[in-house]
Order: sequence, then structure tokens, then C-alpha cells
Amino acid sequence: MKLREIAHSRTGDKGNISNISVIAYDERHYPLLLAQVTSARVKAHFAGVVEGEVVRYELPNIFALNFVMDRALGGGVTRSLALDAHGKSLSSALLDLEIDAVPDKL
Amino acid sequence: MRTIRIGSGAGYSGDRIEPAVELAEKGDIQYLVFECLGERTVALAQQARMKDPEAGYDPLLEERMRAVLPVCGPKGIKIITNMGAANPLAAARKTAAIARSMGLSSLKVAAVVGDDVLDACKQSNLPIMEFDGSISQLGNRLLSANAYLGAGPIADALGGGADIVITGRASDPALFLAPIIHAFGWPMDDWNLLGKGIVAGHLLECAGQVTGGYFADPSYKDIPDLARLGFPIGEVGEDGSLVITKVEGSGGAVTAQTCKEQLLYEVHDPVRYIQPDVTADFSKVTIEEIGRDCVRISGGRGSERPATLKVSVGYVDSFIGEGQISYAGPGALARGRLALDIVRERLKLTGVAASELRFDLIGVDSLHGAQVSAGANEPYEVRVRVAGRTENLREAVRIGNEVETLYTNGPAGGGGAFKSARDVVAVASVLLPRELAKPHVQFVGGA
Repeated sequence: MKLREIAHSRTGDKGNISNISVIAYDERHYPLLLAQVTSARVKAHFAGVVEGEVVRYELPNIFALNFVMDRALGGGVTRSLALDAHGKSLSSALLDLEIDAVPDKL
Repeated sequence: MRTIRIGSGAGYSGDRIEPAVELAEKGDIQYLVFECLGERTVALAQQARMKDPEAGYDPLLEERMRAVLPVCGPKGIKIITNMGAANPLAAARKTAAIARSMGLSSLKVAAVVGDDVLDACKQSNLPIMEFDGSISQLGNRLLSANAYLGAGPIADALGGGADIVITGRASDPALFLAPIIHAFGWPMDDWNLLGKGIVAGHLLECAGQVTGGYFADPSYKDIPDLARLGFPIGEVGEDGSLVITKVEGSGGAVTAQTCKEQLLYEVHDPVRYIQPDVTADFSKVTIEEIGRDCVRISGGRGSERPATLKVSVGYVDSFIGEGQISYAGPGALARGRLALDIVRERLKLTGVAASELRFDLIGVDSLHGAQVSAGANEPYEVRVRVAGRTENLREAVRIGNEVETLYTNGPAGGGGAFKSARDVVAVASVLLPRELAKPHVQFVGGA
């Protein structure tokens, strides 16, 4: 199952840092996010894009995670050579992450 | 309990204009805020001001003001905006002239000045946050330095009777915090109240991003009527309570989901969202739908404001040259890759001096790179894109030329070539001791 089935997401940018929220549609799935959407997996998922550290913040108040990815925007929004200098499209890529769970059983 | 309603009329400089008019006409609002100043915009505006002392403010200032003043003036809706960019005083004078020309000469217009801290930064030679180095190393490439001001001077202007307040660089949420402070007389050291105000400002500052813009994903997250997207209204109580809503009948939707996405937008540590007036804490915020397009936000908090102000430093970074060309039909991908190989070799053969190069196939791997995109199906068409960083315009032009010449020298069927070369004004940040910025309010024109 893809992460997209249980969570939605938005990307923000500050300088050369991208942040991606991952928000459970249903609070019952928040433990799945906590267990499976780790900083290490996110860093690996964005191989070739994110050069720096990935830090995860947990927000049980809204059943969400916030990933802060350093050196992720080609040197910074205002100087990047990338087509998507802001990294707006990164959230959609993260929702492609594979989650180990059976959709019917959720 | 007293409440005010604040409308958010723009989320960036080029935003749609008619949703703000709709808010003024039908939103039952007392304040209308336009957030129009991107990170780099002040630096670009500073370049414009150097050529013309009356220039350097937002290019859409006149169009926006002409659209909303006939509604806001008679209704007494106060306008707050950072459209002053590098020249808030000139923007205020222009706005007063527009008001007079529309028969609204009683409107009082104020400018908040003092965000320009270039001299203070030059003297203090502060370290740059994004890379190793300090301001002095930028030398004559340094264009501008503008501090993110807080809500204080804007609230002062409203207290002085301003109908329209125009700032340069100010923190985006502060544009919304200011009318709340003004309306309820919140003390500037009640961190929890200020934190609640920042939650309101943060949710509202990107306008349509909390009412269903930057959100829709068909069959997963459907949003009705995005062509007529309504912009948000924040109903704020004097105890900091908050409901986000929009004009009934407008497009879009305000839901717990749209509010959650916007709460975390451009946020790093949710416990420490650093603002000029307070360090806001989003970690206990709760979000609850209380009706159709009505969402209650509770639990914002705060702790003491930082001793420094963040300053955006604009500087001439480099030049970027770029070229694109398309291939289609059977074998399009192979011809696109061949085209990239040719350009890669040509740039070496002809000795183009680029410090950084990027080779993309749009439709294949341009957004997330070859590794993330591996395994996708072959597309019907691809667009080749080569971009490179150079030290001067002449070298930048050569990059686009090497893509364009693929027309007659490259793979079969290359079409729609495009090239560009431009200088890059980039932005870095420094932290300035707050006492070195001296903001103040200046009234212009009016009655």
C-alpha cells in the first residue's frame, strides 16, 4: 500500500531547506506513520535530491509528522538550477512511499 | 466577547485580485491584509529603486488598490499590506494619490519604514546563516538587507488612525497579528496570546492555501470550484480564539485537512516557530470542524521573542543559462537522452565556463532526479532541459545556444527550442540584534 492511501502532505521551503508534512487522514493510522515513515526512510526515498540531514518532528495533536530536509533545494530557492526550485512537487513523491499494511484491514 | 474578522486578500505578489474584492463586499470583515512580498522581491525592488527613487514597490499596488478601495473606503475596512517592498513611503504616497483620484481623500495612509538595515549590517559584518562567510565577503555584490519587522509599528499606525498601512519587509504573520493587537490591546509580552495570534496569521498569510488551493488531488482530496476560490477570513476573539472560514458561495473549502496542511507549511520545529514578536508553539494546537467551511483552531501558545531579528540579504549570486527542446513519438526518450549527451559533450568541447550544470528530461526525471524517477513508464514526449550556472552573462548565453543548435545538429525531430540567460539575485539571512533596527511610522497625504 502507498502512503498516499492513509496520509496527505504539503511541502514548504525556506532557503535551501524543504519541509514536508505527512498528515494522517484518520487518527487511527497515526501509529503506522510513526512506525514506518522514519527520517531514514525519507532520506533514502529522496536519494539524489536531499543532500543533508532529515529531521522528523511529531505532532500527535493533529496526527501529523513534519520532515525538515536540509540541503534539499539545489542551493536554495533563489539560486537553484532546478525546474521546481521551491520543491513544491516533493510532497507528491513522498506519498509514493510503500507502507507495509493491508488496506482492507485498516 | 469581542471578535474581529480579518480577510486575507493575497498570498503572493501575483495573486488573483477579485477574491479580495469578494471578501470586502461580502466577508463582513474589518481588516483586509495583502501579503505580497517574497523572499527575493525586496532585493529586486531595491534594484528598481536605485534606478528611480519613486519606484521599488509592488507592481500590482495600483491595480489592487483601485479594485478594493471603492469598497473598503466607505465601509471603513482597514487595509494592511507589505506591498511597499523596497519603498513603502513611495507606495503610501501613490496609494494616497489613488484614493484622492477616486474621491476617497479622507483616507489616512501610513508607511512603516526602517526595515532597511543595510548600513547596520555592513557595519556589524554579521555571519551568514546559509553558508560559511559574512556580509563583508559579499562586497559590491550586496544589494539589500531588510529586517523582518514585527507587528508593533503596524499596530501603532492603526492606533494613530491609519486606514491603510503599507510596510516593506515584515514577518508575514505580523501583518495579521497587528490588527489583533490593535483591536484588543494585547500586551506585547503576553507570549501565549501572541502565540495564538501568530497561529491565526500563519494560517491566513498564504490566502487560498487554507481554503483549498495547493491541496486538490482528484479522488483523494477533491475541492469544488477552484476557478472561483474564495480567500480566507479569520474570526479572532480577544482571548485568542480562532475560526477560519470564507465567504459563503465562494469556491474552495475550509476543512480540518486544509488547515492542518497550512499549519505546517514552511514550519521547521513546531515548538519553536520563531517570529519577531514571539516564539510561537504549534505543538498543542487542535483543529476541529464546527460547520461547513468553519474550522475552530485552539491551543496556540508562545514563549519569549528572540533577541535578534532575521534579516534577508539580497546579493548578486551568479548567472543562469538555460535551453530546452522537445522530442515526441516512438523513441522520444532515447532521442532526448542522445540530445543531452550531445550538449554535455559540446559544453566541454567549446569550453563553456559553468560552475554547476543540470541535465533534465522534463516528463521523465526533471523534478526529482533519475534515482527517484527510475522505473517510470516511457512517455509519449519528452522535453530536454539543460541549465548551468556561470560567472557572467556571455557564458550563460552559450548554454542555451548549445541546446538550440540541436535543431540542425542533433537527433531527429527536435522541436520547440527555447533559451534564456539571466542574472540571479539570491537571498541569504543574517541575525541582527533587534535594537539595531529602528522602525517608525510615517503618515502621508490624506485629510
